[in-house]
Amino acid sequence: MSAFFANLRRLDRRWIFLTVGLLVVVPLLTGFHIAPVLPSARARGFYDAIEKVPPGSTVLLAGDYDPGTIAENYPMHLAVSRHLMRRNIKIIAVELYPGGPPLADQVLHIAGAEYKKREGYDYVNLGYKSGNEAVMSAMGSAGIPRTFPADRSGTPVGQIPVMKGIENFGQIAMIVSVSAGYPGTKEWVQQVVSRYHVPMVAGVTAVSAPEYYPYLQAGQLQGLLGGMAGAAEYEVLVKAPGLATRGMDAQSLAHIFIALMIILGNLAALPQRTPGAKK
Amino acid sequence: MHLSHQIGIWIAALLTLGIYSFLYKDNPVYKLCEHLFVGVSAGYYVVLMYFSVVKPNLLVPLFTDFRHERHFLLVIPLLLGILLFSRFFPKGDWLSRWSLALILGVYPALRITGFGQGDLVEQIHGTMLPLWVPGNLGTTIGNWLLVGGLLTTLIFFFFSKEHKGALGGAARIGVYFLMVSFGASYGYTVMARISLLIGRVMFLLHDWLGVLHL
Repeated sequence: MSAFFANLRRLDRRWIFLTVGLLVVVPLLTGFHIAPVLPSARARGFYDAIEKVPPGSTVLLAGDYDPGTIAENYPMHLAVSRHLMRRNIKIIAVELYPGGPPLADQVLHIAGAEYKKREGYDYVNLGYKSGNEAVMSAMGSAGIPRTFPADRSGTPVGQIPVMKGIENFGQIAMIVSVSAGYPGTKEWVQQVVSRYHVPMVAGVTAVSAPEYYPYLQAGQLQGLLGGMAGAAEYEVLVKAPGLATRGMDAQSLAHIFIALMIILGNLAALPQRTPGAKK
Repeated sequence: MHLSHQIGIWIAALLTLGIYSFLYKDNPVYKLCEHLFVGVSAGYYVVLMYFSVVKPNLLVPLFTDFRHERHFLLVIPLLLGILLFSRFFPKGDWLSRWSLALILGVYPALRITGFGQGDLVEQIHGTMLPLWVPGNLGTTIGNWLLVGGLLTTLIFFFFSKEHKGALGGAARIGVYFLMVSFGASYGYTVMARISLLIGRVMFLLHDWLGVLHL
């Protein structure tokens, strides 16, 4: 046993990388299935909050992420766009990440084509604006049309039907934040939810999710999707299994392996930490 | 197997493999991909900033609609923006401090007020919970854990008195709560990194090689 742990201490970490890689590739290729995805209370809160938005209202969809976190944010972005359009809710999309606008275009066009929604009439992508919190603050004080004078293709907001009557957050039924970090969910809560009391739900990367649990507990967020697992739970709820659901078995296998390696690594390191043990 | 015929997909796939080659060891291909990423990102950012911010929010209202809705006031941010470029000239770089002073004044104010309203007040409000919920033992235990965890963690960060006796005991319990939160954060971080790998593998197998059907 001690020889096994001694070998483990000398193990080239590239073997671990290779194993994790295989544990991701093989389930994807073979369709290996471990367990069904069961929605959590957080994902159900997200789903229920959107179900409560009356059809015909307007929702602000903030896609604050870029290609670096596509695997986590894109599935939830697409799923929520589908859910909103299925319920005939109008979408105003904005992005505070420079890499966000093409991704928002893509999800809106995919969902729009599926539910026969027209760009400009049922949804609009106002694109990127630099300034982080200053943009959020300006949308409330100066107004959304003055902060975003034109949409992503350059059409003035005055000529866009879905923007008719939209002045500021007073006409927004809910904020849906799909966020990878700063600026994102935290800033929307601080700058908009606490000032204008607009209901909000968020889909965030797993690495940032623990930061938002206090907001969920305090009622500042109605629902929270954390990482690919959160996106998969939401895909199940909207009955549209997609990229996230497909990736969950690979995720589970990789997690089991990493947990095993953490346990073995600690057991292997134990003799070295015992007082008086030879280093 | 249905290999992609799109040049963009091929470039993205080869760059992805180039970046992952770092897992074996540092190499020139990885460095090339890394430098390409930095350069392309910078170029994209400059173009995007011009077409999504400078043009619609400054140049169009200033030069096509000068008198409407006090648009002439936009001359001020235009001048402050130009002053930022004075940093390229050593003799006049002090001029950029005016613009930086404005930025440094506005951002802390925005963030402090946002933090005060969104975090401090609302989070304190969020911890004012009933410690006995009739007929719901789970919520009662959860509320005790939340309030207890908050207080003991705050005590851990209280440094005006030595952590001995009851104060030391409470601080030690606070450490355990902190360790649980670090563990949860680490677990989520692992999940995030594996998700990113899954995303890239899906791209390689589906979009590039065409061996995965989604």
